[in-house]
Amino acid sequence: MSVKKQKIELYIQYLFLLTAMVVTFTIAAIVIFVGKQGLKTFLEVSPLEFFGSHKWVPEQNHFGALTFITGSLLATLLAMVLGGPLGIAGAMFLAKIAPRPLTDYLRTVVDLLAGIPSVVYGWIGLTVIVPAIRDISPTQNGFGLLAAGIILAIMILPTVLSLAEDALRSIPRSLEEASYALGATRWQTLWHVLMPAAAPGIITGLVLGMARAIGETMAVQMVIGNTPLFPRSLFQPTATLTSEIVMEMGNTAFNSTWNNALFLMAFVLLFVSLGLILLVRKFTTPKEEGR
Amino acid sequence: MKKYGVVAIISIIVLALLVAGGCAKKSGQAPQQNKQTTQQSKITLSGSTALLPLAKQAATLYMDKNPKVTVNVSGGGSFTGLRQVIEGAVDIGNSDVAAEKDPETAGKGLVDHQVAIAPFVIIVNPDVKVDNLSKKQLADIFTGKITNWKEVGGSDAKITIIHRAKSSGSRRIITDLILDGKEFTDKAIIQDSNGAVRKAISQTPGSIGYIDAAYIDNSVKVLKYNGVEYTPENVYNKKYTLYAYEHMYTKGEPTGVVKDFLDFVLSDEFQNNYVEKLGFLSMKKMK
Repeated sequence: MSVKKQKIELYIQYLFLLTAMVVTFTIAAIVIFVGKQGLKTFLEVSPLEFFGSHKWVPEQNHFGALTFITGSLLATLLAMVLGGPLGIAGAMFLAKIAPRPLTDYLRTVVDLLAGIPSVVYGWIGLTVIVPAIRDISPTQNGFGLLAAGIILAIMILPTVLSLAEDALRSIPRSLEEASYALGATRWQTLWHVLMPAAAPGIITGLVLGMARAIGETMAVQMVIGNTPLFPRSLFQPTATLTSEIVMEMGNTAFNSTWNNALFLMAFVLLFVSLGLILLVRKFTTPKEEGR
Repeated sequence: MKKYGVVAIISIIVLALLVAGGCAKKSGQAPQQNKQTTQQSKITLSGSTALLPLAKQAATLYMDKNPKVTVNVSGGGSFTGLRQVIEGAVDIGNSDVAAEKDPETAGKGLVDHQVAIAPFVIIVNPDVKVDNLSKKQLADIFTGKITNWKEVGGSDAKITIIHRAKSSGSRRIITDLILDGKEFTDKAIIQDSNGAVRKAISQTPGSIGYIDAAYIDNSVKVLKYNGVEYTPENVYNKKYTLYAYEHMYTKGEPTGVVKDFLDFVLSDEFQNNYVEKLGFLSMKKMK
């Protein structure tokens, strides 16, 4: 390698180092700013009230965020319950059952699903799913957790599906062949051999799907009803952390307790996302032993 | 090696653009600051999204007449506008709500300029048989006392309230005008804009809500308020009372181009030719 080339390579190394530092700095700045602004809430509101009460009446200084935290968690859970099995089943079909041309075609469709803007999902939710739920719902309006859960389930499908499919495909062929050689059926092979072997990848897909679901704002906001009412049924309008932040952030005065409480809710979201990412790292980092 | 090169080139281009962008901003600011000492040539407005179309139209017309002046308009919500004008970040803060009414913004030296009238209408799903509601009936519906249409002369159907978030300026205005300060029931569906409220009401049987009059269309039914139908004339002669003033706030009395711009917004030319087209009512025609 010539001296000149070596020099260029050194510069490129510095450039990458710089980029990495900028990214780290940006993330740290976000955490610090949101945290600092959010934690100011505790000057006026006790943590017990914020996390333990569902009384959200900012005009009278009641800032209980339990409704929104529960709403976010339940909507995400519902999305996982509805979308998770569907995604895994789809991955099994695409990776091991479908013939090649069909796989290629379906993969394109799944990729397309991932690229649709969330406002479009919200619009479909508002015009198709909410009226459909209204017909079976006892509350006559259709807005609520169920609508949000269905929309989110569709939205996380591409994430769960592609990651699970990749995981299934990356399993060494010998495992599968050994299973068939022992006389196992295709279903036995899939369920008892391939699925456990691909488990870390599949779980990663599920967790990333959860991360997407809990942070999703636009589509949820359009169908959940956004009422600060504690969710007691699937058919009752309620609110999530993201929907409440987006509804009220622009119209509350900066540095007021109301505004700070919204920042604190954003901080909580940040923490949940961080937790989910760490969880993913745990599954994807190759085990060190045996090196 | 080839891959490395491509990545490097892209990174360098991106970095160069960032640096150039930063420089351009700096060089652009310098001459303006010089001018400011002699004559200000830039006006900035921010705040209410409801008032945004009107502010933008005024800015465009004003810049046509005064090519040397730049008028920058942005949204962000009424409170964003009020905060920014108090902090001195913008020259004019647009707001749907009166700053004096909020402890956060009252007494901060803001000067109010009422630039237009925003009428509100009560809308219902077309399946609702009721045509008129009094202030008392509406207050009972919105506070959750009345929950069935038959109690106000309609058919036996549940009432669903669809309206705006707690921090919304429109909600605050309706709270002042109809509820006399009492609070809305929490058993309602909340949407974040006039368009979304209208859409949800057009789709939900038995639903009721309020929107800016500019958003009226055939998908929803407009109710009479206290027996009076909404028309601009009925607002001008004060028979129809669901309306509020739109405000442009300055910190202290406006001077120079800012004053000139506000004078233009309140001029006969702008009020008579543009304000009504933008869905507001003219200050000039109010009796």
